[in-house]
Amino acid sequence: MISAIIVMAVIGLVLGSVLGWAELFYRVAGDPLADKINDILPQTQCGQCGFPGCRPYAEAMAKGEADINRCPPGGEPGIQRLADLLGVEAKPFGEGVAPKPKSVALIDENTCIGCTLCIQACPVDAIVGASKQLHVIVADLCTGCELCLAPCPVDCIHMEVVHETVNNWKWRYPLIPIHQQREAA
Amino acid sequence: MIGSPFILKEHTSVRFTMIKVMAALVPGTLAYAWYFGPGIWISLVWCSLLGIGFEAVALVIRGRPLQPALTDGSVLLTAWLLALSIPTLAPWWLYMTGMFFAVVVAKHLYGGLGQNLFNPAMVGYAALIISFPVFMTQWAAPTTLANIVPNLSDAFDLVFVGGSITPDAYTSATVLDSLKTATRGGHTVLDAFAQPIHGLIAGKGMELVAIMYLFGGLFMISNRLITWHIPVAFLAAIALTAGVLQGLDPAHHAGPLFHMMAGGSMLGAFFIATDPVTACTTPRGKLIFAGLAGFLTVIIRTFGGYPDGVAFSILILNTAAPFIDAFSQPRVFGHAKGVK
Amino acid sequence: MSGKVYPIPGGLHPPEHKTESNAKAIIVAPLSAHYVVPLRQHIGQPARALVKAGDSVLKGQMIGAPEGRISAAVHAPTSGRVVAVEARPVAHPSGLPDQCVVIEADGKDTAADMQPIAWRDLPPGELHQRLVNMGLAGQGGAVFPSHVKLATGGTPIETLILNGAECEPWITCDDRLMRERATEIMQGAEIMRHALGAKRILVGIEDNKPEAAQAMQSACEQLKLAAEVTAVPTRYPSGGAKQLTQLLTGLETPSGKISTDIGIQVFNVATAYALQRAVELGEPMLTRVVTITGHVAGPCNIEARLGTPIDELIRLAGGDLAETSGHVIGGPMMGFDLDDTASPLVKSVNCIIAKNQELFPPHPPAMPCIRCGQCALVCPAVLQPFELYWHAKSKNFAKARAYKLFDCIECGCCSHVCPSHIPLVDFYRFAKSEIAADDRAKLAAEGARQRHEFQLLRQEREKKEKAERLGKKASERLDTGAVAADDPEAERKKAILEAAIERARQAKEAVHAKNTESLTPDQQHQIDEIEARRQAAPQDSEQQA
Repeated sequence: MISAIIVMAVIGLVLGSVLGWAELFYRVAGDPLADKINDILPQTQCGQCGFPGCRPYAEAMAKGEADINRCPPGGEPGIQRLADLLGVEAKPFGEGVAPKPKSVALIDENTCIGCTLCIQACPVDAIVGASKQLHVIVADLCTGCELCLAPCPVDCIHMEVVHETVNNWKWRYPLIPIHQQREAA
Repeated sequence: MIGSPFILKEHTSVRFTMIKVMAALVPGTLAYAWYFGPGIWISLVWCSLLGIGFEAVALVIRGRPLQPALTDGSVLLTAWLLALSIPTLAPWWLYMTGMFFAVVVAKHLYGGLGQNLFNPAMVGYAALIISFPVFMTQWAAPTTLANIVPNLSDAFDLVFVGGSITPDAYTSATVLDSLKTATRGGHTVLDAFAQPIHGLIAGKGMELVAIMYLFGGLFMISNRLITWHIPVAFLAAIALTAGVLQGLDPAHHAGPLFHMMAGGSMLGAFFIATDPVTACTTPRGKLIFAGLAGFLTVIIRTFGGYPDGVAFSILILNTAAPFIDAFSQPRVFGHAKGVK
Repeated sequence: MSGKVYPIPGGLHPPEHKTESNAKAIIVAPLSAHYVVPLRQHIGQPARALVKAGDSVLKGQMIGAPEGRISAAVHAPTSGRVVAVEARPVAHPSGLPDQCVVIEADGKDTAADMQPIAWRDLPPGELHQRLVNMGLAGQGGAVFPSHVKLATGGTPIETLILNGAECEPWITCDDRLMRERATEIMQGAEIMRHALGAKRILVGIEDNKPEAAQAMQSACEQLKLAAEVTAVPTRYPSGGAKQLTQLLTGLETPSGKISTDIGIQVFNVATAYALQRAVELGEPMLTRVVTITGHVAGPCNIEARLGTPIDELIRLAGGDLAETSGHVIGGPMMGFDLDDTASPLVKSVNCIIAKNQELFPPHPPAMPCIRCGQCALVCPAVLQPFELYWHAKSKNFAKARAYKLFDCIECGCCSHVCPSHIPLVDFYRFAKSEIAADDRAKLAAEGARQRHEFQLLRQEREKKEKAERLGKKASERLDTGAVAADDPEAERKKAILEAAIERARQAKEAVHAKNTESLTPDQQHQIDEIEARRQAAPQDSEQQA
């Protein structure tokens, strides 16, 4: 009896100290979870989630302070990936946040006064131009965050939906007859 | 919206595949009827009707369309294989139970055609031999040995009504049974082989049925319905294991030829282990899968509680098939050897 | 005459249907009333339009310049006037329109100045620079710009392979070209060998084209060209570049690499023909031979100018017969449905097949996969197609990739033999394009993240520098002010004011300097263009007024 207790106690002690040691020596610097979440986020830096950028939102999610359904640019697949990563149920977008079709901002060349306000607002440096000169949005770099719309004093920026072209066209999921039958049945 | 290729190979369909496999079963079945009486036709037709009935019920319950699943031939093949694997002239409910397990439990509970983990016919067989071992040892005797050979209407009565003839008059143990009984009782293999049921190599009549299965199997290989890997590995493993055991103790172990021809070896090698849904699919995987199944077959026959081991060995390897497949993927074109 | 043939995995032999169209000589299409020339006829970046509506063009004049490294030029097929540069229906699986130059022919067919290239005087490795603007692109189906393939990279090219296998059913354009113009093809091959510095030439032709092989052999003898013409077994897909390479040399092209990495370059025979014309006549790629077959009155091969509307070509082949149910571009194994027959002929189109119910029955309903493994037996890439299907169907793309989805060449053998009639290749195409789009999105997100982080860093740095400067100024001010400070309060206010002005100036500077220093020439070009338009805009409005 006594020996059993001693054996158990010693095992507990040894395992406990191994765990304690591991905790100290294998500690990961930074927050790997926030990094992983940030990798899923679309990096539009649009702030629609209520945080000033993707990274802060990722950190809040990692701490469990923010919900996973607040990133409209990520769309449903984004929520699904976050849910998979965090081991929670996927949920629909909340009130007032809904994904929009992917768009890019476009500056009306004839109205722009070259005030540079949009350049300062762009979180991803996708607008080029200089003071009193026409600004141009580099469409390939634009994430469609719409943050440049509000600061423009002459309202010369509008969003243009990215249409499907031969270049970005994707093959569709094959609709094989058995699926149609199943739907009909 | 379906793209290229716009031409499909002619005369290729699941139904046609199943029909060709069933055609390969015809010689064996004819030989069976010739040597063991017409009872096989009763069980064959009854199992087929049960199969279609269970399939239809299962499809309705699952909310799936009856077509094309009901007529793809897969359930008929399952019924046929089960009918050939269990004794003829058994009571009707025995077949019913077997087909229930085969079609409803093994096939549809797993999601229907193509989704099942276990070979349906073997699940039916296993369920029966575990639940009703006595019925499963009452095999119709070869016509040359039986006191009474039931004709078609007798067979019908025996299956559905019961009949007044005692089973001893028309049934006998199989060679595997008599071998097991003999070796358990401390006798030698030669004692078992002295029994009248023993023919030239294995069971009287059954050995010829096995040869017919072999011909059917060769037909399937030549038609590219199956590849050579599984039958060859299965039979080779049986021969090797039996040979080693016989070499160790010739008095108490039957030889390679006996094990290859007895029981369900040939049926298993060409028709059951090759079921593509439940077997391995890579060339190396097939060899591993069938080799292990053959080895286990002889081990179960020799050391296990049941006379035949084909069904259990294949069911056990069915569980391992996805695992074996995952680790035996062939080298893809353009990839260096040994690099995953 | 036949060299050694090495075995290749998989493959099958569908009904050939070659005799419908291979008996007649190539017909030269008459001049069309108008041509629609897409700017994207090749793999890579589309060409940049050099003309606008209203311009006059000459036959052979470059109307689209190559943009970027992998791109090809496009040329006016005849002389005339540019009517529009706009999106028009093109032959593409998506059915989406693409940018095209529409030319109205003037009927004179006046050619631009065309100069032959003295290729024998050019050292190997220089010819390709002269071909950049010739618009040559592979005519086998992949339409890879030829001048890129003729540039010798790191690995020296030992072997030049001419692909005349033409393994797809129905197509006979290479067959006819080899029968009728073998000399030109072999001259093209000689130029290729010179440009690449290759040691030997191998020609692979399927053994169902003995006349073509004979003609090529005679051409070699006539030109005294040491080339090995080899008859390969008629077994689809022997005409795949990797498959033909293995058939003729026994070498496997490593996954994710191209044949040049093992010292082999493969060209289609029609590409060799086009190269010969480009070098010996100075004529850029203006025409190609295309097979019009299937459910048409007179199946044949037509040499037509690029940009000819496809319905015109069908008319030349006698027109569609009754109950035609559509058209396939390319072969029946790897082609795609044509949405609009007004689409023009482009460099990649080797065959147009009119469909009917009998020749091309509708796809039967798919059944569940029974893992029968027939697909694995015919797969030329030794894949396990049913495993790929499983993962692609469930959108488990990571797994599909792990099962080597990207080694699939989409040859269609697996779908062809599937007893369950599952459109396997469609699932692979779907999974591949999803993965590609996903990778693009990931790359874009990563770029956005880096730029955003850099911006945060820059703002941080600017703030710090500003604070430092301000602090220094303020302390200087205080130092001097401490000596003669009759009114410290006023001095302090002045300092704050000056600091504010300084801050404003700094902010202005920061904004001014920002973002414009590292523009790509492309972006600079865009800006310049917009500036030009801005300059022009007020004048336009004045004119309107």
